[in-house]
Amino acid sequence: MGQYIPSTKEEQREMLAAIGVDSLAAFYENVPDSVLLKEPLHIPAGKSELEVRQMMETMSQENKVFGTILRGAGAYQHYIPSIVKYITAKEEFVTAYTPYQAEMSQGILQSIFEYQTMICDLTGMDTSNASVYDGASAAAEAIAMCRDRKRTVALVSATTHPDVLATMRTYCYGAGYELRIVPEKDGRTDRDALEQALTADVCCFYVQQPNFYGNFEDCTALGETVHQAGVKYIMGCNPMALAVMKTPAACGADVAVGEGQPLGMPLAYGGPYLGFMAATSAMTRKLPGRIVGETKDADGNRAYVLTLQAREQHIRREKASSNVCSNQALCALTAAVYMGTMGPEGMRQAAGQSMSKAHYFAQKLAAIAGVNVLNQGSWFHEFVTELPVSAQSVLNALEAENILGGLPVKDGILWCVTEVVSKEQLDKAAAIIEEVCASCN
Amino acid sequence: MTILEGLKYTKSHEWVKENGDGTVTVGLTDYAQQELGDLVFVNLPLAGDGVTAGEAFGDVESVKAVSDVFSPVSGEVAEINEELLDAPQMINETPYDAWLIKVENVSDSEELLSAVEYEAFLAQGE
Amino acid sequence: MQLIFEKSHAGRGCDLLPACDVPEVQLPEELKREQPLRLPQLSETEISRHYSALAKRAHGVNDGFYPLGSCTMKYNPRIDEEMAALPGFTNIHPLQPENTVTGCKQVLDTAKAYLCEATGMDAITFQPAAGAHGEFTGLLLIKSYHEARGDIKRNKIIIPDAAHGTNPASASMAGFTVVTIPSGPDGCVDLNALRASVGEDTAGLMLTNPNTVGIFDSNILEITDIIHQAGGLNYYDGANFNAIMGVVRPGDMGFDVVHLNLHKTFATPHGGGGPGSGPVACKSILQPYLPGCAIQNSQKEKLQLKAFHGNFLVVVKALTYMLTLGAEGIRSACEGAVLNANYMMAKLKDLYPVPYGKTCMHEFVLSLEELKKETGVSALDVAKSLIDHGIHPPTMYFPLIVHEALMFEPTETESRETLDEAAEVMRELYQMAHEDGAQMHDAPHHAQIKRPDEVLAARQPVLRYQWKQV
Repeated sequence: MGQYIPSTKEEQREMLAAIGVDSLAAFYENVPDSVLLKEPLHIPAGKSELEVRQMMETMSQENKVFGTILRGAGAYQHYIPSIVKYITAKEEFVTAYTPYQAEMSQGILQSIFEYQTMICDLTGMDTSNASVYDGASAAAEAIAMCRDRKRTVALVSATTHPDVLATMRTYCYGAGYELRIVPEKDGRTDRDALEQALTADVCCFYVQQPNFYGNFEDCTALGETVHQAGVKYIMGCNPMALAVMKTPAACGADVAVGEGQPLGMPLAYGGPYLGFMAATSAMTRKLPGRIVGETKDADGNRAYVLTLQAREQHIRREKASSNVCSNQALCALTAAVYMGTMGPEGMRQAAGQSMSKAHYFAQKLAAIAGVNVLNQGSWFHEFVTELPVSAQSVLNALEAENILGGLPVKDGILWCVTEVVSKEQLDKAAAIIEEVCASCN
Repeated sequence: MTILEGLKYTKSHEWVKENGDGTVTVGLTDYAQQELGDLVFVNLPLAGDGVTAGEAFGDVESVKAVSDVFSPVSGEVAEINEELLDAPQMINETPYDAWLIKVENVSDSEELLSAVEYEAFLAQGE
Repeated sequence: MQLIFEKSHAGRGCDLLPACDVPEVQLPEELKREQPLRLPQLSETEISRHYSALAKRAHGVNDGFYPLGSCTMKYNPRIDEEMAALPGFTNIHPLQPENTVTGCKQVLDTAKAYLCEATGMDAITFQPAAGAHGEFTGLLLIKSYHEARGDIKRNKIIIPDAAHGTNPASASMAGFTVVTIPSGPDGCVDLNALRASVGEDTAGLMLTNPNTVGIFDSNILEITDIIHQAGGLNYYDGANFNAIMGVVRPGDMGFDVVHLNLHKTFATPHGGGGPGSGPVACKSILQPYLPGCAIQNSQKEKLQLKAFHGNFLVVVKALTYMLTLGAEGIRSACEGAVLNANYMMAKLKDLYPVPYGKTCMHEFVLSLEELKKETGVSALDVAKSLIDHGIHPPTMYFPLIVHEALMFEPTETESRETLDEAAEVMRELYQMAHEDGAQMHDAPHHAQIKRPDEVLAARQPVLRYQWKQV
């Protein structure tokens, strides 16, 4: 069936003749006969577009799309303006390769340059790369930016997202560096423990802001402690929270990274998302991956190119500090279109409303007998509750009403509320939870 | 292409100047900078770092290539030319002024060439 | 063209969110953002026009010929995009309960079955987001395997000098020492050099076959056997898988682990640099070490490459493609790619020398060393001249073992006419190089820009727009 091959069988015969061979088999002469496949792969026969569509649609319908989502934990449902999907579906953007040839890729290069500028504004940092795979791999790459021959230990706060932590651990395992956890105390990084942990072999400290439990860490104080020991400071930030919270630059971060998914990307069962990475000018050359820079062309006109390429794997080979080549450019474009469309006011609203609604919901839950909100101090749009009943009974009751409840965690449930959830939906969810809690008393 | 009398040279195209006080200064030759093309960045060690004769102590980048710079001597880095960090083009413009590092406590050295020998070495490679 | 920031006017914007329906909560002063965001302020019309203008200054494979060697720029089917945009996929939270993601599991299980069959492997992970990420993963599997057996002295990975630059970079990231072996006079692995390089410290070999000069290494079974005999494992770099899929399988050639680039071989788009997807398939001996998702699984896997389950929507696109092609179609795609490459090479090799091989696989490498000596026109000049003809240049100056290299990979989705036209342009450029080569030194002449000053860009990096101080 469809193979997206324009040439007909007849044309292919003519082409073989033009080359001067009898059959396609001639090209595979070098393949040892013992391994040449003698029968077709055990994969079903090709299908028409209509049949394929029906199969894929059927599969997609096997999933449950929840009407209300109160779960975050690293993937957040925010409103995506219509224009974002249309712009990012343009074939010129979608089907281009990495913009190696600047003379025919100014549109892609400029869009990345604009993205880098927006990430710099969001984080307050001096420079940004063109993106990496996701927030977790960005955090792992940030550690690689900080290490040197003498300092081979990375410190990571225990309040970090488990997947981010596991990813950092994997990268450290690969390169032969040690990762040590700085314990938490009451839902935040234990600063005394951090101070103890800052030995002479430590290269960096990573903290997530807001942290896995939704709490804002005292990142300024953590930064001071870290810098006093001559150690690099990495902050992993939720980009939506950055619309309202103190920037990593103001907290003294040397490197700021994060998961860019909240900036216009759908939940999509976990990907593709966007790893953003920004740094101080002193750390710029340590950034992995592509970076776009402004220059002039031979006529003196403004032009954009991939720059600082000699840092990268295709030139440095085994001496490169990162092997990243493909990134998430289309997701970076998505984030740029999203931020451009939302504007400063829209971003502030989305962040502010998410935070306000999460606090409203927390109050509603706290009013239920036996439910405790564990977060103290300031927090953003996620919080943890202790429950008088099993987490599963609450989640099942919510699921029956088409609501995806929070994520079960050690102490209870980790909830998340964003601007797309209405007060009415929150009231309904709270009522269901109250009923489950009451029925068990 | 210029080769200065009075300097020593390596086969990996570094020049070496013996300063008379036990320290040596190391740079890249005119031939090297021509082969490398427009340099855009220089990676240098820190003062105090050890260097080993015949081993790379840093690298220089052009737009599309990176090349190691090898130390002609073993010793300790006394000083680096910090100006190069902001203006790597100085290596292209005045290679014999744009020194990279000064080495002290020199303990060992590669076999170094005189200007005449280096010229002959280059001619041989043509 | 103006930057989006230069089009910004204070007070403009889009009306997107309703008023907040709950009491507003403020952050305490010490946690508040210290300065307002400086994002552009534009109406929706202006945003639409801005990005349309940028799109006109971009070139994708769906717009025109893109024979970028090693990148497999085949046409990206529209149905794949539509299926990946289905709300039943896009609106699924990665941490939803198992019973609510049956469809996602079906996608991954089906793709797993097909890709394992196509590669001759037993197990797979979809977590790696790109080829390089897959290489890193595969090497960590090898590392874990040796360690689990207490075989801790195996710290070297053997890589031919013609390999993609990512191979040695990935090996370093995984903590291995790289042993580079030279290619033989035929561009293939030098068996004696390989034999001499293996030993008790050999962790494995990384190889792409066909190699980067477009030739299938006929000694492949001996090569993989040498490594196995030495106690190492064989890693197959799947960047060139389009040349062999449906014809021969890495698993049958003695490879133990392979990454695939779904964004090359399986027609998912490159998006101007990504997202891709680099699943890693392996033999059952490596299965115990495959990565997992820490937040979802109680058992602690050793490895995790990114959060959650990989670039899922890219897998949806690749599966749509595989369902469309089927077993026969997969083989036809491979054969079509090889046919197109040979056809185009045959039309050029009388003018431009082909340093290795009489025929090629899915891509071929020309050397312009002679042309440069005769006319002063370099591979770069020819590549840039192609832009004036609306053709995306091939990969330049790679592999490193060929001087003045141009590497063409036309792929199977190009028509004979497209190949004829491109070959004709290359022949005209050859003439022009001899008659009026000087003008090619500053090609392209009719593109969006003239040649950019890359030295300036690197010496004085300007990596962001600076807002004018108000």
